[in-house]
Amino acid sequence: MIAVIDYKAGNLTSVVRALKYLGAETQVTQDPEVVRAASKIVLPGVGHFQATQLLTDLGITEAVRDSVAQGAWFLGVCVGLQWLFEGSTEAPNIAGLGHFRGLCERFPATYKGTDLKSPHVGWNSLDTVRENSKLLRDVTPGGFVYYTHSWRAPVVQATASVTNYGGAFTGVVEQDNVMGVQFHPEKSSAVGLQVLKNFVEL
Amino acid sequence: MLTKRIIACLDVRDGRVVKGIQFVDIIDAGDPAELAHRHAAAGADEIVLLDITATHEGRGTLIDTVKRTAASLFVPFTVGGGIRSAEDAALVFNAGADKVSINSSAIARPELIGEIGSSFGAQAVIVAIDARRAVNSVDPVGEAEVYVSGGRKATGLRVIDWAREAEQRGAGEILLTSMNTDGMRNGFDCELTALVSAAVQIPVIASGGAGSAAHFADVFSRGRADAALAASIFHFGVTDSRALKAELQRAGVPVRLPC
Repeated sequence: MIAVIDYKAGNLTSVVRALKYLGAETQVTQDPEVVRAASKIVLPGVGHFQATQLLTDLGITEAVRDSVAQGAWFLGVCVGLQWLFEGSTEAPNIAGLGHFRGLCERFPATYKGTDLKSPHVGWNSLDTVRENSKLLRDVTPGGFVYYTHSWRAPVVQATASVTNYGGAFTGVVEQDNVMGVQFHPEKSSAVGLQVLKNFVEL
Repeated sequence: MLTKRIIACLDVRDGRVVKGIQFVDIIDAGDPAELAHRHAAAGADEIVLLDITATHEGRGTLIDTVKRTAASLFVPFTVGGGIRSAEDAALVFNAGADKVSINSSAIARPELIGEIGSSFGAQAVIVAIDARRAVNSVDPVGEAEVYVSGGRKATGLRVIDWAREAEQRGAGEILLTSMNTDGMRNGFDCELTALVSAAVQIPVIASGGAGSAAHFADVFSRGRADAALAASIFHFGVTDSRALKAELQRAGVPVRLPC
């Protein structure tokens, strides 16, 4: 059973649809006790970092902290990945989970002297793939995934894959049982489904 | 590297895919869900479903068609046509769309852009602009005008002004259709696309006039488009996205291959 956290994030239904397509059993929930009992947790997300305030209000932030400490598998998608970091300049007054160090920041307006369009929308490549990554099993460097976001997480030690757009950022983060993807696996065709399948099969 | 997107567009009327030539002649081209999946399997980066009858005949969006199409489609899926309120948009999102495209309704009430964006995120709102060159002006491209109601009604708005306003109000992307080139298969309106692309920070999807791979290469380079949309070029087996992308790759355009 995968607990999918409902905090009114836009892509919840498409994430659930993709997980079900892969044969996973899912439970959409706002209940911290369901999160505490789950062996796998998915935090979807698209839109504003501010929306993650609801996680703390609902008591889910603490529930995730407890679950993860006990070894539950966690996957954050898009803003769900960003939330694993300390916070985001998009909503400076909201703290993230802080599982990984660093702050999510907006794409720069220019990069190496040329204008950089933002949001970063479209299919970009996973330019590196960490060899022992569980989430990226059978995913090869150069594989394309679909992004749509204006804020990005820094590259850290736990980064399992980087994508380049106005410099390198974290496309996939993974440390033991805690994982996140900045792209939308539910919209990333075969590569995205492979990533979700890897999570489902953990 | 961020790639240029090839978007397959399905113009839908009465639950069937059709394609107009300059918004008028209609040819039946099949079932929307079936064609959407076929396009995705053939390498399209994204699918757009436009209910072309919605605005002027007051039809609701085809929720069932959206559900059927979205059920096992794992590429971005946009739905447009007949979305007049945040509630209309919510129905389409709940049926499985990732983005909505709004056109006449955004002109009628520009606040709609922000209303949908605040509930579903800016990335979920595409503002579609039907543009016609101001042929009698000394600057036909700069003075190009926005049309609504399937190209029937002039608005008096300059395309470039409306694109900027849409961005300021929170649009995530602009879908720019040139009525001068649409359906003619003679190439996109690169001058107009370049003008709009330079005027906004958000991605611009070029539409209208695709007839060959060279046309796509042209609108990505000269037209500075981030994505390009085509309908009739794919429907009748002229080519598919994968073949198109292979040609674009040879021309030096970054594309999602293999796909």
